[in-house]
Parts: sequence; structure tokens; C-alpha cells
Amino acid sequence: MSIKKIMCACGSGLGSSFLVEMNVKKVLKKFGVEGVEVAHGAATDVYKGAADVFVCGKDMYNILSAYGPCVTLTNIISMAELEEKLGAYLKEVGVI
Amino acid sequence: MESVLVFIQDVLSTPALLIGTMALIGLVAQGRPIEEVIKGTLKTILGFVIIGAGAGILVGALNYFGALFNFAFGVQGVVPNNEAIVSLALNEYAQATALIMAFGMVANILLARFSKWKYIFLTGHHTLYMAALIAVVLSVGGLEGWQLILAGSALLGFTMVFFPALAQKTMVKITGEESIAFGHFGTLGYVFSAWLGSIFGKESKSTEEIKFPKRLSFLRDTSVAISLTMFMFFVLVSVIASFKEGFDPAMTTGINWFLFSVIQSLTFAGGVYIVLAGVRLLIAEIVPAFKGISERIVPDAKPALDCPIVFPFAENAVLIGFLVSFAGGLVGLGILIALSGTLALPLILPGVIPHFFCGATAGVFGNATGGRKGAIIGAFGHGLLITFLPALLMPVLGTLGFANTTFSDSDFTAVGIVMGNVANYIQGYGLLAVSLLIFVAPIILTLVQPKKA
Repeated sequence: MSIKKIMCACGSGLGSSFLVEMNVKKVLKKFGVEGVEVAHGAATDVYKGAADVFVCGKDMYNILSAYGPCVTLTNIISMAELEEKLGAYLKEVGVI
Repeated sequence: MESVLVFIQDVLSTPALLIGTMALIGLVAQGRPIEEVIKGTLKTILGFVIIGAGAGILVGALNYFGALFNFAFGVQGVVPNNEAIVSLALNEYAQATALIMAFGMVANILLARFSKWKYIFLTGHHTLYMAALIAVVLSVGGLEGWQLILAGSALLGFTMVFFPALAQKTMVKITGEESIAFGHFGTLGYVFSAWLGSIFGKESKSTEEIKFPKRLSFLRDTSVAISLTMFMFFVLVSVIASFKEGFDPAMTTGINWFLFSVIQSLTFAGGVYIVLAGVRLLIAEIVPAFKGISERIVPDAKPALDCPIVFPFAENAVLIGFLVSFAGGLVGLGILIALSGTLALPLILPGVIPHFFCGATAGVFGNATGGRKGAIIGAFGHGLLITFLPALLMPVLGTLGFANTTFSDSDFTAVGIVMGNVANYIQGYGLLAVSLLIFVAPIILTLVQPKKA
């Protein structure tokens, strides 16, 4: 399976999801993954198929998990946690 | 030559173009490739245009609400919402807001570099909102031109390090880390909640040991939450108004109160959604640039981040905080109604977004210092606070004080009340001097304080 789009989401899609997006881009670069669109938005913007995988804080899991696979973070700005969890997901689907 | 000057003047006085130019300069200065420069500049201007469009939609619904409320209760009714008031403020104060935001970020970097408050405020939309508030309050206070920009930027820079510094002690308790800071302009409310928690919540168990109904989490979709609460407000005012003598059906656009309320509440929520989309585009280039530049100039600074970063640390406190803060807002409204005979205050209705985000954060802060008791008492106190502060802010906002919406989060309202009242006594160069003094205070304090061994 290939991943075309990763979407980071939070309540109003302004602050924290934006920072997670910047971190996801850094992590993808580190893994050498190219050609993946990374976006951020509000919970309202999320629907099935909006992205191949969503990245969010643990508190948003209940809302987002209905729409597709979710990488959920306890400390949403921890690079180490993001790298570990997103990395595990990307390995699982065979991207890296 | 003269036509060039006129052209430059036109660009500077057309806010959308001014903001676009700042984005253009920023992108070129970062040495980004041409296609990214074009994309970034256009999207920034687009964001500004979209905010204006959203404002138009919001105002439509708010005007109906305001007229009905006034007719039904005989006083001004206000639903505090940052997006709504900022989109209105930008109609008149966009140029000052844009410049204050740009130079305010420079002031933030200077303070992080030279004072002990080493924070870089990365919540871009709040920087924008605070810039708008300061532009309004100082303009109403009589400052204009370069004095307005200088004083405004100094104040904005100060708030961008002062509030994270205020929250840091509790932040460390919540996250267990020293390296992250908190950057959201509801800090006074959160610190108040944490303080209440530390007094009343001794030995109370954490909220996270409670089993809480997960199904309530659908309210975390902000568009849904805004629609539902605005619907209740619209039903309330339209039903009461329709029983009063002299009611004109045109006040509910000539249709049934129920359908009217459905349509207008969704129109309001739609307006907020559009403004949010505009803000997202507007700050999309600014925040990464600010982050990159500040990391180079102040490598040891802590990033101050938006409030949802604390949500995953205490999920139950998030929902408890929201519900209890909202209840506090209703009680506060009751108190305002009781006082309305003696004081000429507008009635502040519990706006869902502030109670939602700020209430939730207040819950997390209260839980950190006083467990579940702390979360409940702290969030309740926060709900009262963000009901009374907007009522006190309205008089210093000039003509915007008559809008049916206003700033909601505690730091906007507190900064507005303080500076607005200072401006009542000190004008012109004096007000500029006060603003600059506030700016240099943290640097002086750092210099005179003995260094820790």
C-alpha cells in the first residue's frame, strides 16, 4: 500500500496540528520518504478518505479513528514519539 | 517618481496587499525557490480575503441575534468569539494589526534573546488576535502612525513572553518536561484555575482515574459545538421576542422561529469555519518562518505552543473543564442579569469556543494542582472569569464595543482592560512611553537580578 497523504488534526486546525505537520515533514525527510502530501486541519475537516493516515493527540482519537488509520500521540510535539509511532506505521504498510 | 510613491502608498494602505508584501519579503529573505514564493504570497493574501468574506457571513447572523436579544431583554447581548471580533476589527484596523504582528514577533525574539523569559510564542492565530486587540485599544486611546506600531509591537512582544512565563510552573507539572512552554492567550484563566486547584483540591484524586462517557467527545468537533449552542441561544431569544408586544416577523426573516434558529445558528458556525480557514492560510507561511528565524537567533528558547498540547495529558479533565466552565459561564450570566439594574454592563453569553478550549485547558491546569476537585473548582472559576472580563473590556473598544461579539480569552480581555484604562489617563507620547517601559521591564529585571550559581 502506498501513502499519498497524511493529515494532522486538532480541534480548530490552527495551532497544534500545524506544529505536528511541521514535525511529520521532518520525520518523513529523515526516513527518506518523498512525494507524500502533509496537511493539517480541524476535526470538522476530517472524513473517510481525507487522508491515508491521520496524526493526532490521544484526546482526538475517539473522533478521528472512525475515518481511517490513526497515529495517536501522548505528547503531540515530541519528535521521538512521533518518529517511533509514525515509523512503526510506515513499516507496517510497507512504505519504509 | 510620484506615481511610484502613490503605488507604494496604495500597497501599504491596502491590508491584503500589505500582508502579501510582508509574506513575499519573508519568503525571498529565506531564499525559497520562486514557485514557493509565488504560492506562499498568494495563499497569504487569499487567507486575508477569506477572513473578510467570513466576517460578512458572521455579521449577518450576529445582527439578527443582537436585534432580537435587545428587543427581548432590553440590553446588549454579546457572544464572545475571537474569530468574529477579529474579523470585524480587521475591517478597520487591518494595516495596524499586520504591522504590529510583524514587529511584535521581532520584539518577541528580542525579549527571548535578552531577558530571562526565553520563550518563542508559536501560536500564530493568537499572535494575530492579540495584535488586532492591541491595535484597536491603542487606536481608541489616540495613538496613530509609527507611534501606534511601535507601542503596539512592544506590547505584543511583551505578552508573547510574559504569559508563557506565567504558565511555566504548572506546565512542568502537567508535561513533566522543562523544554516545552505554553503559548495561548487564556493563561490568566489557567493560572487562576491552577491556583484554585492548589487551594481547594488538596489530596484529590486525578480526573484520569474516572471512567467518563466517551460519547460526549463528539462535542470536540468545533463546528458541531458552535452550531448547537448558537441554536439554543437563537431559540431562546426568538421565542421570547415573539411573545413580546410589537414583535415584527421580519426580525426572524419572516419565517418560523425554529427554522430561523436552525439557519442562523448554522450561518454563524459557517462564518466561523470560513474565518478559521482564512486564518489557517494567513499564518501558514508566517509560523514556520518565525520558528526558523527564532531558532537561529535564540537557540536556547523554549517554543510556547497552543493549548491542545496539554489535552492528551488529561483527557477527562478536558471534558470536565469544558462542561464546568460552561456552567460557570451560565452562572456568571445570571450574576450579570442580577446586576443589570444597577450597572450598565452588556450581558455576556457563554460562547462555546472559549469555554471549550480555554475551559478544557483550565480543567487540565486545575487537575495538575488539585486533582478532580481542582479541575472542577478551577474550571468553574475560569468560566466566571471569562464572563466578567469581556463585560469590562467592551467600553474600551470604541465602536467595536457595540458589536454583538467581543474578545473571549482571558489574556486578550485583561490586556485590553489594562491598556484601555491606562489610555484613558495617559495619551500620545506618554502612552508610547508606558508601552516601551513594559517592553524593557523584563530585560532590566534580568540584568539587575543576580545570576544563579
